[in-house]
Amino acid sequence: MKRNWNWAIWVGALVVLGGVLSYPLFFIRIPALRDFPWANLPLIGLGLVLIGVGMARAFRQPSVFRGRIFGSVLGALMLALAALFCYGIFVGARHVLPASPGAPQVGQTAPDFTLPDSKSRPVNLTAILNSPFAPNGEVGLGTGPTAGVVLIFYRGYW
Amino acid sequence: MDSPTESETLRQSQGYTFPILSDANLDVIRRWDLVHPHGRRDGADISRPAEFLVDPSGKVRWVNLTDDFVVRARPQEALAAFDAINKSHTEQ
Repeated sequence: MKRNWNWAIWVGALVVLGGVLSYPLFFIRIPALRDFPWANLPLIGLGLVLIGVGMARAFRQPSVFRGRIFGSVLGALMLALAALFCYGIFVGARHVLPASPGAPQVGQTAPDFTLPDSKSRPVNLTAILNSPFAPNGEVGLGTGPTAGVVLIFYRGYW
Repeated sequence: MDSPTESETLRQSQGYTFPILSDANLDVIRRWDLVHPHGRRDGADISRPAEFLVDPSGKVRWVNLTDDFVVRARPQEALAAFDAINKSHTEQ
């Protein structure tokens, strides 16, 4: 007797895979869904439930549904993938960066510095605080103090 | 860290109008205690992500040092810190 295709296992695996991959490929661009994977966790959960449903009927009605062996393998793989995703987001990402206890704190004076801009012109912090930028990045064209300067330290352009 | 030339390429490709400074030797990054040891994929030291708002007197008014790799500051946070500076000016 030809047994039925156990679609729930396959669809569930695809949903888990999509739930994991859509984080780096898409949701990382949306701050609210990047800071906490609100979109990805429900997707991954749904996928695992589907696999569970498929597995349950494969074992309860082995004469009707296929999938006991490949379902177990695929289910274990997807469970491992989901665990890896959660580990990466909730543990891995939070134990990477140094604490930086010596960084300037609110109320302290920012240590002055001079660094070259992208056209190798020297830029001094105190100087730019007292002289706003023109929109094209020229330094020292404005007059009077700025409202403040935002300094963004970033990891480099990979 | 990126050289001025690399930063200029980035600035032009993204259309950024703000200046991008280069700290190729990590002098300032080290002085500000922002080094992320071996942070780059090839094992080199780089800067950790960090954001500061400095007021015209040189005082730090807002700091964001994320402890989570994927969570970064939102523009609204910096703008709110600017508002706080302006408010304190009006009150004086």
